Parts: sequence; structure tokens; C-alpha cells
Amino acid sequence: MGITMEELRKQFYEHLQQANAAETFEELRVRYLGKKGEVTGLLKNMGAIAPEQRKEYGAKVNALKEEVENSIKDRIAEAHARELERRIAATERYDLSLPSTLSEGSYHPITLVQREVEQIFASMGFTIEDYDEIVDDYHCFEALNIPKHHPARDMQDTYYLSNGQLLKTHTSAAQNAIMRKYGAPLRAIFPGRCFRNESTDACHENTFFQMEGIMIDENISISNLIYFMKTMLSEVFQRDVKVRLRPGFFPFVEPGFELDISCAICGGKGCPSCKNSGWLELCPCGMIHPNVLKAGGIDTEKYTGFAFGLGLTRLAMMKYGIKDIRDLNSGNLKSLDQFVK
Amino acid sequence: MKVSMNWISEYVDLSGLDVEDLIRRFTLSTAEVEEVYHLGTEINGVVVAEITKIEEHPNSKKLHLLELDLGDHTDRCVCGAPNVRVGMRVPFAPFGASVVGMTIGEAAIAGVVSRGMCCSAAELGIADSSSGLLELPSDAPLGKPVKELYAFEDVVFEVDNKSLTNRPDLWGHYGIAREFSAIAKRPLKPLDLQDLSAYDALPAVPLGTIDPELCYRYSAIRADGITKKVSPIDMQIRLYYCGMRAISLLADLTNYVMLELGQPTHAFDSRMVGTIGVQRFTEPFAFQTLDDTERKIDPETLMITSDGKPVAVAGVMGGLNSEIVSDTDSVTLECATFSAVSVRKTSSRIGLRTDASMRYEKTLDPALCALAAGRFLKLLLSIDPGAQVVSRYTDCYQYRYPEIELHFTKAFVDRYTGIDISDEQIEDTLTRLGFGVTRTGSAFDVKVPSWRATKDVTIPADVIEEITRIYGYDNFNIETTMSALRPILPLTVKADEAAMKDALVKRFGLHEVHTYLWCDAKKLNDLKIPLPDNLRLLNGMNPDATVLRTAMMQTLLPVLKENRFYAPAFGVFEIGRTVKGLREDGTANERRTLGVALLSHEKERTVFLAARDMIASILFDMRRKHASFVRVEPVNCWEHPANTAAIVLDGKPVGTISTVHPEVAAEIDKKASLVTLELDMDTLADIPADELRYREASRFPGIDIDLSFAVGKDVTFADVTGPFFADRDETLSGISLVDVYEAEGKSMTIRLSFVSPVKTLQKAEVQSYIDRILAVLAEKNIRLRTV
Repeated sequence: MGITMEELRKQFYEHLQQANAAETFEELRVRYLGKKGEVTGLLKNMGAIAPEQRKEYGAKVNALKEEVENSIKDRIAEAHARELERRIAATERYDLSLPSTLSEGSYHPITLVQREVEQIFASMGFTIEDYDEIVDDYHCFEALNIPKHHPARDMQDTYYLSNGQLLKTHTSAAQNAIMRKYGAPLRAIFPGRCFRNESTDACHENTFFQMEGIMIDENISISNLIYFMKTMLSEVFQRDVKVRLRPGFFPFVEPGFELDISCAICGGKGCPSCKNSGWLELCPCGMIHPNVLKAGGIDTEKYTGFAFGLGLTRLAMMKYGIKDIRDLNSGNLKSLDQFVK
Repeated sequence: MKVSMNWISEYVDLSGLDVEDLIRRFTLSTAEVEEVYHLGTEINGVVVAEITKIEEHPNSKKLHLLELDLGDHTDRCVCGAPNVRVGMRVPFAPFGASVVGMTIGEAAIAGVVSRGMCCSAAELGIADSSSGLLELPSDAPLGKPVKELYAFEDVVFEVDNKSLTNRPDLWGHYGIAREFSAIAKRPLKPLDLQDLSAYDALPAVPLGTIDPELCYRYSAIRADGITKKVSPIDMQIRLYYCGMRAISLLADLTNYVMLELGQPTHAFDSRMVGTIGVQRFTEPFAFQTLDDTERKIDPETLMITSDGKPVAVAGVMGGLNSEIVSDTDSVTLECATFSAVSVRKTSSRIGLRTDASMRYEKTLDPALCALAAGRFLKLLLSIDPGAQVVSRYTDCYQYRYPEIELHFTKAFVDRYTGIDISDEQIEDTLTRLGFGVTRTGSAFDVKVPSWRATKDVTIPADVIEEITRIYGYDNFNIETTMSALRPILPLTVKADEAAMKDALVKRFGLHEVHTYLWCDAKKLNDLKIPLPDNLRLLNGMNPDATVLRTAMMQTLLPVLKENRFYAPAFGVFEIGRTVKGLREDGTANERRTLGVALLSHEKERTVFLAARDMIASILFDMRRKHASFVRVEPVNCWEHPANTAAIVLDGKPVGTISTVHPEVAAEIDKKASLVTLELDMDTLADIPADELRYREASRFPGIDIDLSFAVGKDVTFADVTGPFFADRDETLSGISLVDVYEAEGKSMTIRLSFVSPVKTLQKAEVQSYIDRILAVLAEKNIRLRTV
């Protein structure tokens, strides 16, 4: 009889103690548990065992076999866990504070404000139109009830072009074409770039954006005008805006109004921003003058309408806190690249 | 314009009403009030005193020691005014009294203690500066507080002139009083006028030719025996509070009448005028105006003449040669109406805008002339009872505005307002505003008053404004409409623009900028780009910014240069308008144009091809066919002759992509790679988007066949693949590039993919097709590489 079971167990644990790599574990398994393995070999001694002890002996050998197998498995698992731990510990901690290498684009602030207002009006059923920058005297003045020599033509210094056309001084220049295109009833807004021949400073630009809106239908009233202006401006400014109308003179509306909104800075109590009045003058508006409707081919017996003009450039400046209007056309990416959406 | 509430109260009794609230309602009903001033409140305890004795100051030649009679007691003070004299009555501020900016205490003036001060007009806040004491009338009661005698205290408010442009009737206090009468619903008192018909028997003021076109009404009247030189204190205060200054009685009267009625008048020294004419001259000449300035007078300018010689620029300013002087005792008063356009043009031509011209520009009511004359005389005769009228009211009334009558019903008003304003309220408002109203039930016949009938109120919609503004917009409902719902689809150009911007910003990280419609000549010159021959601004202020851009690059390349240190690689874009010359009808050929300018420090080839991929990908996303790129000759000087290509969609060129010509590139950034791209958004909008149609995927595997060609250096991918597309087998599902290898000669490997919807293809089944195409390619000297 060769090695005893106890000796073999002891020997195995010694070997297991020394084993440390995946291959050696496999070697151990073959050495002890393989077909010719040492534990398996114990069964060959079965002949030397008294028959009545054989059953017990077989069970013991099997127990040892299981013990060896589990011990190896445990050690493999242990070694794997250690290795994993080592790899995780060795893994680089990436510096998330490193600057991004992806370049983010940016919109012009006017685009953002314009989209916002367009969405509000689109949601209220207004068509969004677009119009030329170069127009003629008829569309910019004549069709808007501004005849030659009218003082209103003095109020806005117009850029005249070498072919007799001019750069539109207000988005109202599109009113006639849009009335003719759609007829009544009509709900439309038309943002656009306008031009005034004046010198530029922090508050004045010769090139700026406006948005005109018109609504024409049977029985459109001043009450409707107030509703739409209040609703739209409350959406734009994201608060319940109070509005008030004052008489204002624009040849293409009658009656014409200046629309004031409650000052957001002082809440209407009066502060330097609103010249202590509690109100900020925001947009001219009014009931479309019958002469303008007629020029647009609209039946004035049947239809009335309102129109308003919103200064998109001014709105963008108010919304984003832009102090110098010249920044908008500067093309300077250092200031313009922050307008992302 | 400044408005005195004291003056207004002369014509409307506003007692018991809150002034601040009235002014707020004026803003809401008539015109915006910009500022409210409470004047005269600082003056306290100033009384009338008579100088009884003047002594030399021991230490100063300029100062005097005055003894003053205050009625029930006397007082003393040191005074530095040069116009002191015994017997003169002056405002005196004793110890403890206050004037503008100070309270009177005890002070040693050049060593002599003074406990009081005699006041100048400036110290009482009724002049900007004064050279001496304010002289009070010799019958001013001694010891009486000046504030009880004169209206120092007043509430004055200011309205921006711009908000009155359409209301000629609001350029005088009487018109404003009419507004308050309507706002407060209190009666308007009539003007106190001299009856001009009383002088009908007197001789006429000689009038010659009156320009029949530009002078609507010219009237004149003459008064002699004028001895008073100085205006009453109250008149001086009002003039000053309303932004003018007292000069002399006659000049002050013309200003006072103008501020009251809005009608300018002119006072000539009668000695200097003969037969008065209103005419234009055929030759230009120089003329000295009242402000002592020589002005060049053009032939279009309407002039007032005396015996044919110019004496005033009509409606703008009088001449130095006929002005009121210190010994003037006879005045010839002009009350006239001139063409608003003529006065406006004259005023801007000679660069002189006056209180008179501002009013004439607004289209004054000619009826005001007679009122102004009647008012002037009433005031003159009451201030200077010795004066007498020596001519009749001589009136050449050539043009009368037509009377305007309007008809409407309450239903018309309701339609405009959306609320219910009662018949009675409509009638009351219009009546208070001077309209002649005849009402039959809810039908109105309205006669427009002359002062509103020169341009302001011509149609029923104008009357709506009168009714609603007095009713108050704060009292309106806030009400949505009952309009039919209709679908609204975005315009293609707008949708394209939005899609393009989103892709450029979000997918490709570009920056949107705005640039001007015109070229900056200096900036272009810096880039060695010539100004285009294009439409120009005729009246721009900057001579370097007149020519409109024909391409976006004319304004974007300068932006690219200015930002060149912004980042190692960046791009800017703008969707704006370019003007490509004129259309056949002579109008501007305005195009919506996308411009993209890229700067990078990567290889130019990489940047150029990436730009190509970018635009192709965006157009593909917008479902606008497959873009192809066709090499073309450059049109613009910044486009590189070797690498300029047309972007072609559906056979139509829609834009250009190019690298930048070395001459221009060197001026922008010598080291960087630059790429430009322009795309006509209008042309793009005309190309319909492809419809989405479902194509079932084949259930059978396809086969890929790679072919390697040995080609010449200039052979392109398109050259190699073209014949496959030109004669496309129905199972050919795609061609891709595997590799281009340039070492000894150029080799190009392409992959043909075949798939059949009905079976698994075998290589042999497509071989005959491939062989057929290879034969075509061989004719072009493109052959398979032999290994």
C-alpha cells in the first residue's frame, strides 16, 4: 500500500499552497483528479481493502475528491478576484475635467428669439411668412397709407438704391403682398430684416430685425388685439404680462396705439429702467387702416383687422441682456458663440 | 412741448380733481407725458419791497447797502445787482425765506452782515440767468408775498413732440385744454378774443401778390401807440415754464399766442414794412434771419416780402431787417397759413427748425389765423391800454379745406371695439372734442371741426379713435376671436432655412453670424477682393459701405479673417440675402443665400472633402436627391481654379463649393486651409423633396465583388463607377470605395454589391454584366490591375 489518504490530503494542500497561476491550478487538477491522478489512484487500492470497509473507503475517497475539486475552484476564484482587483486598481482614472474636443456650434441670438416668437404664433394659428429686403416705394409707403411728403417718411430715414428701389424700413412693407397672396381671413406674422439710414451707436443700428403680425377677419376688434398681444407677450416673457394701450400715430393703422408692458424690473412700481412710470413701451400696433386693407384687395365692409410690429432685435437684447446693439452684427464669435440651444 | 396746468385751468375748471391722475389719463387718452414738474414750490416768504435808500458798500464798488420798505416795517440787505435804484419795487427774501436752491440766512458780504436778499428772475426760477433784480410793477402792494400776486406755483408736464405729429390742434394750450375737457367731462371755456369786425372801417394793410399755391391764408392787422416794453410777470412766468424766455412785450405776445393757440404769428416793426407779398424768387440769394445768421435762400423757398424785398422766411423765421426793436411803437401782425410740405422742406434746406416751422409742418387749421389776431389784440390792449388798432383785419384767404362730414352707426363702433359704448357716451365724447354731432337713434352724422379736418380726421375709422381713447383702453375687454381654424403649413423656404441652420449648428458645430447687406470696401480691399459691380445705396452715410453684396463671401470672408485666432478649426455661416444684379424688369435680383466659410489647420483636401460631405449629407437629410459635385471654372476671385465645384441637385446647379485662391487665402491666414460654400436657398426650395416610399429588404443574401483597377493619375472615382450607373444591372444595389492607393501609379479598388429580391445570387450570374462594363471601361483605358 502506498501513500495514505491523509498523507495525500496533506501533500495536496502543500501543492495548492504553492500554486498561483491558472496553469498550475489546471496541472494540480490533472495531477490529483485526472484519470491517472493521485486521488483517483486511491481507488486502485480498493482491492486491498476489506470488503466490508470498501463502501466506507469509497465514500472517503469521493469526499476527498470533492474536497480537492472545491479547494482548487475556490483558489481559482480567489485568484481571479485578486487579479480583477489588481486590474481595476491599475485602471487609469480618466480626467473628466479635461476640455472637450468636440466643437459646439451656435445660433445667432436673433434666430433663437425669432423661433421662439414664431412658435408661439404658429401655435395660435398664424402663418409664418417671409419677404424681400429690397422693396419698392409702393410697398414700403404708398400701400401703407403713407403718401409722398407725409411726415412719416421723414421719421424713418430710408436707404434708396441706384435702381430706384429701397431697403425696407419696416416689416410692414410686406403687408400688402401678404394680403394679396392669402386674402381674408388671414392670420400671419412676418419677421424680417429692416434698414434705416442712421449712424450706429450702442443703441442704434442701421440693420435690425422686426416682426410684423396681422390678423384680418370679420369683426376683429380692439378687444381681440389686446387679447393677442397680452397672450403672446406673456408667453415671450414667461410671466403674466400686463399690457396697456396708449394712442400712437402710425399712418397704416387707425386707431393706432403704443403698447406698453408692465416693467419686469420694478414690477410696475417705477424704476430708472421704465423712467419711473412702471411701464415699458414695447410695440406699436393698431387696427389696420381701411386704405391699407383696400390696397391689399380686402373688402373693408366685411373685414377688419389688427397689425403690430415687434422689435426682434430689441427683444433679443432685453431677453439676453445684450447692452451694445452693435455686437449682433459684429460677427465676433467670442461673444456670439454662447447662443446655443 | 411743455404744458402748464395753470394755463389749462384758465380754459377748463379742473378744481377738485387730482392733477397727477389727470396727467396720467392724458397719457392714456391723448399723448404720452414724459415728465411732470412741480414748479415754484421752493419759493417761500418772498415779498414785495421798495428800495428806499442806496448806500455805498464800504469795501466794494459793486455792492450796495439797501434800505427797503416792506409796508409795515423796513429791512436792510447787501445787494450786488447793477440795476438798483431808489423807488424800484423788487421781490425781497427776508431772513428765513427761501428761493430756488437756498434758504436765506445771515451772511457777511464783504464784511457787512446781510439778513435778506433782493431777488432776480433766475433766483425765483423764472429765467435761466439774470443780469439784475426782477423789477415788479410800481403798484405792487408792499409786503405782499409774491406767490399771492403771481402764479409761481404751477404743475408743468412735458410731451414728446414726436407723439403730437399727427395732431396740429395739440400744439397750443387751448387744444390741450379741449382734451382735458373731454377727459374730465368739464366744459371748455371760450377764448377771450378782440372782435375784429369792429375795425372793418379802417384802412387795409397793403397786401400785394400772395403765392396762390403755397400760402393758404395771409392776414395782417396793425396797431400803433404801443408804449409798454415789458410783459406782465405772469406772462413771463408762463413763457419760461413752457420753454421760452421773455424778450419784449411784442415778441412775448407772439410767443404767448403761439403757445396758447398753436398758431405762429410774426410781429413786424410797421416802419419797416410796406406792401406785403408772399412769393418765391427765381434766383438764389443770401438773407439775414433774426438769429443774426446769413442763410442761403433757394428759388423754391417761400418768402414774405415788403415792397418786393424779402423780410422773412415764410413760416420759419423773420428777418433782421424788420424785427421789433427797442423804440418800436407800431406793430404789423402777420397771421398766416403756409403749405406744410413747403415749410418742412424750407426748414430742412436752410437747416433751421423753429417753434413756428415745427407747427406749420403739422398742417395747421387756417381758421386759427383770425383767432390768433383776435387773441393778440385782446392781450395787447389789456396790457397796454394806450395802444390802438389802426387797420382793419386784412385777410387773403385763398385755400379752404373742404368740410368733412362722416356718417356711421353704433354697430360700426361696436365692430371695431368689441365692447358696448353707449350712444350717449359716443355723442358726449365727440361733442366735447368739438365735433358737430347729429344723432338719430344709433345713427350718427358728424361734422369734423376745422382744427381736425386738415388731415387728421377724414374717415369713420378716425372717429373710432376719438371715441375709444377718451373711453379709455383700460376699460376694454380682453377677448379672443371666433375665427375658423385652418391648417398652417410652413413655407418651404422657412422650413429649409430652419433645417439647414439646425444641421450646421448641431451636427457640424458651425457658428451663425449676421453680416451687412453691403460690402465693406476697406475690408474687401484688405483681402484683395475687388468691389462687385452691383446695386448701390444712394444715400448711405459711410462711403465705404455702398455696394450691395453679390455673394455671401464678400461679407463672410472678412468675418473669417477677424476670427482667425478664435480656434484652430471653426466655421461661420449666414443665411442672408445676396443681390445678383438686376432682373429683366429692373428690380433687384435678391436671392436667399447660404454662405459657409471654414478655416482649419487640417489638410486642405480633408477640409474640402469634409465640407462636401457636410453639404451632401444635409441635402440628403432634407430629402433633396443626391447631390453631385461638378468641377467648374471659378466665377469669383476667391475661388480656387483647381478646386471649385458646382453643387448639383436634380441636374440643377444650386451652389458652389471651393477652396480659397492662394492670393486671397494669404490675406486671411497663410497657414490655414480655407473652404467656402454658397448655396441658393431659393433654387433649393424649388426642388421638391423626395417622397418616402417603402422598399422591402431582400430575404436572400447578396454578394460583394471587389474590383481593383490600375488607373491614370487624373482618373476619378466617378470615372471608374460611371459606366456601372449608366448601364445599371437591376441586381446592382450599390458601389462603394474600398481603397485608393497611389505609389507607383494609381490603383483603385471598388466594391460592387448585388442582391436579388427572389433568389440567392451566384457570382457567375453577374459576371457577364461585369464583363460588359469592364469592356466599356477598357475603351477609356481603365483596366483591372494585373497582380
